[in-house]
Amino acid sequence: MLLTACGSDAGGNGGSSDGDGVTITWWHNSNNEPGLGYYQQVAEDFMADNPGVTIEISAMQHEDMGTKLDAAMQSGDMPDIFMERGGGEMADKIDAGLIRDLTDDAAETIEKLGGSVAGWTLDGRTYALPFSIGVVGFWYNTALFEEAGITDTPTTMDELFETIDALKAAGIDPISVGAGEGWPAAHYWYYFALRECSEEALNTAVSSLQFDDPCFIRAGEALEELIAAEPFNPGFLSTPAQAGATSASGLLATGKVAMELAGHWEPGVMQGLTDDGQGLGENTGWFPFPTTPTGEGDPTAALGGGDAWALSGDAPDEALEFIEYLLSDKVQQGFAENDMGLPTNPAAVDSISDPALAGLLEVRDSAPYVQLYLDTAFGQAVGGAMNDEIALLFAGQATAQDVVDAIEQAAGTAG
Amino acid sequence: MADGATRAPSAVATAAAAGPAQETVRTPRTDPPAGPAAAAARRRGISWRQRLEIAVLVAPALVLMVVFVAWPVLRAVQWSFFTWKGYGPLVDFVGLANYVSILTNDVFHGAVRHNLFVVVASIVLQLPLGLAIALLLNRPMYGQGVLRTIVFVPYVLAEVIAGVVWFQLLQPRYGVIDAWLERFGLSGPAQGWLGTPELALYAVMIVLTWKYLGMAVILMLAGLQGIPHDVTEAAEIDGASWWQTQWRITIPLLGPTMRTWAFLSMIGSLQLFDMVWILTRGGPANATTTMATFLLTEGQRRANYGIASAASVVLFVIALVMALTYQRFILSRDNTVDSPRRGKR
Repeated sequence: MLLTACGSDAGGNGGSSDGDGVTITWWHNSNNEPGLGYYQQVAEDFMADNPGVTIEISAMQHEDMGTKLDAAMQSGDMPDIFMERGGGEMADKIDAGLIRDLTDDAAETIEKLGGSVAGWTLDGRTYALPFSIGVVGFWYNTALFEEAGITDTPTTMDELFETIDALKAAGIDPISVGAGEGWPAAHYWYYFALRECSEEALNTAVSSLQFDDPCFIRAGEALEELIAAEPFNPGFLSTPAQAGATSASGLLATGKVAMELAGHWEPGVMQGLTDDGQGLGENTGWFPFPTTPTGEGDPTAALGGGDAWALSGDAPDEALEFIEYLLSDKVQQGFAENDMGLPTNPAAVDSISDPALAGLLEVRDSAPYVQLYLDTAFGQAVGGAMNDEIALLFAGQATAQDVVDAIEQAAGTAG
Repeated sequence: MADGATRAPSAVATAAAAGPAQETVRTPRTDPPAGPAAAAARRRGISWRQRLEIAVLVAPALVLMVVFVAWPVLRAVQWSFFTWKGYGPLVDFVGLANYVSILTNDVFHGAVRHNLFVVVASIVLQLPLGLAIALLLNRPMYGQGVLRTIVFVPYVLAEVIAGVVWFQLLQPRYGVIDAWLERFGLSGPAQGWLGTPELALYAVMIVLTWKYLGMAVILMLAGLQGIPHDVTEAAEIDGASWWQTQWRITIPLLGPTMRTWAFLSMIGSLQLFDMVWILTRGGPANATTTMATFLLTEGQRRANYGIASAASVVLFVIALVMALTYQRFILSRDNTVDSPRRGKR
């Protein structure tokens, strides 16, 4: 998609430094309405206010964008503005000089976003501006819960086990999980780690990649206990996450299972997996991950992650102006009104219209801390090894200790 | 990548299969050539014009070979000695550490084992089945053309499409296969055919057999057309039964075809990727990983390009050694028959 609103009339009215104007390339993954049209409008507005600036938009499907971005980073021919998930993945790119440091140039916006930028900050320097941060929890089918006679959503693991038993007694598969792709299964381990470990133990482990604290073993054991209760959909070891009706999201969307652990994207994914485009519709419910009896973590802490706008190392200042505009009150409010995600600008929080997302936003903003998905936090190499080992634990072929060993081995911090 | 004919996941692997292997076919190094004098005479016989012609004709293919085969192979070898994330300069030289890492990696061992299983099982299953079907379809019968087409259809189907269809058929409980079993009062495995680690590789093998049997049948049928009728006729006149004719005449004469097919099948099995990726992504619990899925996981998904490159070099070496061994000890029988130098003896 190419927008060429601005001409290149030399000697135009002020604007950028040289008369020929500046072209900015912008990659994003809102390739469906309403996000697609909204972002196009935003770019056109910006170009109208900034003569001489041309924004070239490439809207891509999410996985396609990831692949193309990897290739772009390898070749060095990068878009000026791209999406960045933060954590260890970002640290590698910073080392390679592929991301522009925004700390001083975007100080005002960074201050406005407050704690949200933590996942994109390294050694006190901030490298990207988060525009949507969500949290992970259980999405459930209220009708199936009712059918099984469940009135209250579980808040502790014991209650979760009771819920699982009640659903099974009613002939309903309790939980779907896309363990075939690794990360959906791994989210359970992350959450158990979040519940079992104190904030301090977790932070130490995330930064040092050493998992000496016994809470990480307890996290694996809690997960083993859950797996032993056999709550998952048949064939969960090879179930994909989101692709098609037999994926974990598809099973929830079509009423084949009662719940699934997933992030804020889930209602949107489910809408795409049902013929009527409604997903679970009115039957969509959400509850946070239950607490564990031996947990040392804050019971309201949440696991989450999000997307941020980052600039390539040599992006022009106009690109910086544009991403600050993307995080302005006006654009974030529009972003929220279109239910494109969970806005990070506090001024936009009230603009969200979808009740499920509004509920999530409340959980996110009342959480004392939001832990970034551990695989993102650790980077692809360590995160991938961790996710694979957790998938083996789901298959009964790895122990709680193996998971910790696998992470330390991949990180080179074993011993 | 989704090239159904070769199942080739990477240029590296293809190079291993095609490049050096075929080179040996063309120039069997058996006898010393007719002496330097003859060679010199031949060289003198080529005019500058002819040399230019040869250069012009060979250059495009040579350039493509270098750019798309030789260069990537050399780069992979280079990368395999570094720890590299895929971007930034190549500075972290680690020597053979990547090779040590994969050669001591259980997942890679599993991947090699699975590849070898597929190599053997493909030949063991598809050779007798393909031969039997080809012999049957070679007899004049009603609807011969239609049957031949039907047998060949799976091979023509795009690998990814066939994979997605089988993936849905094999789903636990809601899949067609489990639904049929249920009708007969049976039930599939609780975790499904693709979700049970002990069964997944066999399930994949059955799908692969379904997919590639047509290739074996068509090649055998083509081979059968090349067997002269007078030989079989002579056998019949001498009183040989149909079975005897097939067993003693047709099948031995089909030897070159079978050996060539087995070679193609072996190379395809070593490079197996797309069907596995669609059906299981190497899971559950690494039960169906192949060398190709291993190197993709390490490279693309974990950004361990050094380790992935080392794995691709190992795959290259394994494929090369197996291809050369096969050429030397099995295919050489077929090649030497019409070698002019041997013919002079």
